[in-house]
Amino acid sequence: MIDSLVWLLLLPLAWATLAFVLGPGRGAWLAIAGLAAQFALAVDLARIVAAGGVAAHVVGGWGAPLGIDLAADGLSAAMLLLTQGVALPLAIHARAYFKAGDPAGVWFWPLLGFLLAGLNALFVSADLFNLYVTLELVGLAAVGLVAAGGGTQQVAAALRYLFATLLGSGAYLLGVALLYGAYGTVSSATLLPLVTAEAPRLVWIAAGLMVTGLLLKTALFPFHFWLPPAHGGAPAPVSALLSALVVKASFYLILRLWLGPLQALLPSFAWLLALLGAAAIFWGSWQAIRAVKVKRLIAYSTVAQLGYLFLIFPLLPAPGALQAGVMQVFAHGLAKAGMFAAAGVMIKATGQDTVAGLAGAVERLPVTFFAFGLAGMTLMGLPPSSGFLAKWQIIDAALAQGHWVIAVVALAGGLLAAVYVFRVLRQAFLQAPVPDTATAVPRTLEWTAFALAAASVLLGLRGVELMQLVMV
Amino acid sequence: MTSGLLFALVGAALFALGVAGVVLIDHLLRRILAFNLMGSGAFLVLVGLAQRNGVPDPVPQAMVLTGIVVAVAATALALALTRKLHALTGRLDLPEDADD
Amino acid sequence: MKRFAVICSALLFVGSLAAAMLELAPAAIDLRGPVAAHLAASGVSHPVTAVLLNYRGYDTLLEIAVLLLALLAILAVVGEPGAARPAPAHPVLQTLARLATPLMIVVAVYLLWAGAFRPGGAFQAGAVLAAAGVLLHLAGLLPGWQTPRLRLRLGLAGGFALFLAVAGGLLAQGTLLQYPPALAGGLILLIESGLTLSLALTLAGLFLFLSRDEVAP
Repeated sequence: MIDSLVWLLLLPLAWATLAFVLGPGRGAWLAIAGLAAQFALAVDLARIVAAGGVAAHVVGGWGAPLGIDLAADGLSAAMLLLTQGVALPLAIHARAYFKAGDPAGVWFWPLLGFLLAGLNALFVSADLFNLYVTLELVGLAAVGLVAAGGGTQQVAAALRYLFATLLGSGAYLLGVALLYGAYGTVSSATLLPLVTAEAPRLVWIAAGLMVTGLLLKTALFPFHFWLPPAHGGAPAPVSALLSALVVKASFYLILRLWLGPLQALLPSFAWLLALLGAAAIFWGSWQAIRAVKVKRLIAYSTVAQLGYLFLIFPLLPAPGALQAGVMQVFAHGLAKAGMFAAAGVMIKATGQDTVAGLAGAVERLPVTFFAFGLAGMTLMGLPPSSGFLAKWQIIDAALAQGHWVIAVVALAGGLLAAVYVFRVLRQAFLQAPVPDTATAVPRTLEWTAFALAAASVLLGLRGVELMQLVMV
Repeated sequence: MTSGLLFALVGAALFALGVAGVVLIDHLLRRILAFNLMGSGAFLVLVGLAQRNGVPDPVPQAMVLTGIVVAVAATALALALTRKLHALTGRLDLPEDADD
Repeated sequence: MKRFAVICSALLFVGSLAAAMLELAPAAIDLRGPVAAHLAASGVSHPVTAVLLNYRGYDTLLEIAVLLLALLAILAVVGEPGAARPAPAHPVLQTLARLATPLMIVVAVYLLWAGAFRPGGAFQAGAVLAAAGVLLHLAGLLPGWQTPRLRLRLGLAGGFALFLAVAGGLLAQGTLLQYPPALAGGLILLIESGLTLSLALTLAGLFLFLSRDEVAP
């Protein structure tokens, strides 16, 4: 029998290495084949977890606390499913996006492989120090992808991103060091009873450091300063990967600590995080409404949408809040990947990157704008999209616990999202002559963007299965 | 006070110094140095705090070796980006973000 | 203002962290016992090497991936450079570099072999070899590297690929990176030897891929 959990780690590492050996610009088909296999493995793992509970693997056979344990529960299985599910269409998109000789695409495939290996490893690790290594794997791969072949603005954005991500993982590492000092172990499962039994002041500092570091990596307001230039400046398929998956990885880790080893400490900060989340929704949406460039608009929308993820923390004691959070991760992941992919098509087709320059473009790119509209539907939270399901659950859980403030924020955020989504669509539907810069784009680009956006809407119809998986 | 605890205390100070440097310094090379200071601080805490009773502990020592390699990798990438930026702009600080 | 705020919060942080460290009780778990207890089955006799390559070998596998990844990211950033022309150094320096290189190779081999029972191992050996490469480059005897050709790419990725293959191969008997005690010593030496070469190339590459004449944009 194939151990899906372990192969989800080994496979991307293997094809990343092979793609590097194949050489510059090579490895696209290898990556797509690898990702297809990974998707099958993730589905298989989700089935196993849904049927039989937590899947575990004791690396090296030693067992925690001496060795490193891997564990996949419903939350991990769901994140793995989303990661492979977003990466596969984006890889097909990227193959068409990066033309031969494009300096940004030269080492894209091996970098993508290492990024996915890091993400998959992060989602299944049950060892806090091992998680630090996976965080760095994800962070450095993401910075490399942002910077690849870029000009001044892109390299500057990558450096800003690099310093933010290194500060974040540095703070996390110091937190891990303090935890090891206090308890003598970094295994999540071993730590849980120890921390719950007794947490000296040092452990509170450690918890604060780890969460702050991860917030910086998740770009929660006011730590979002690095995100818009990095996500707005990278090539579109890279922006899609970063917005859909990479920022979710550090959010996942906060959630893991919250539900796992640090569950006795972190709930004290719940309202602080929710407050920052609310601020992120308003500030990100406002900046998106004002943005001149399309990809900046989408990047600020990511800042806003990440805010929703933090609204769930005060609600976590009640059932439904975790499911709402995971649904929002899926909704935003699929929709934002589709939206950035669509924006890439718009920029390629119109030869410029401002919202104003999209006037009349809908006639030439109907599929792309349909995709953008579908993704926008999810971000606004219109039924039957998965975004609707996520927001409805957040509001439901908030009202059930009497926290109507959270419900109001979630509703207001949906309205603000409508403003910036319709800003783009309205411009596209204007009557305008075809500009000289207009060029034809490959169909694959349009249809992969469409598939991702459509998936974000259709997931709303199959949401129950996902929520059942998360319950495991 | 054991030497391990002293290492941990110095490590905490180095970490804070490094963070302040990364946040405050504009010059990119110095900022990269500050990042390394910060990393070294965290490594000292990891090793020092674990052996504050005076007996060496191989587990954090191995973790620090792993951490050092990761820090080397990050430093190299930061230097490469800095060099590229220098080649493009002739400067060693970050340009203002051209917000739109 | 910003400077003042940052410095004050840093001082406050150090103060509270130091106070919290000083009042810390002994840790509940002590891994020194288990590390020593399983040392015989780990295939090496040095506890740090045992942690690094056996108990927590998975960390090391990912860490080598990080290093290879950093090299890749650097290649992606620097793009296609102009031809590298190392300026020839002083003849004395060149002669010394020529003399030092074979010695450094001997030291590296010793460090690799020593890693099994005392401080040393693949990283230290690789770092010494890489330093030899950098020294030769600085003395003007070794040009900076261009976009790597197949042979160099194989060398760079080989150590990690070998490690990954061993990890995957061991999975055939059920568990990732679980060495059978009888084979552990041999397998770890095999991995370390492969890693030494690739780490040397990678670490040298971090310098040599960057050390090329900048071409005006």
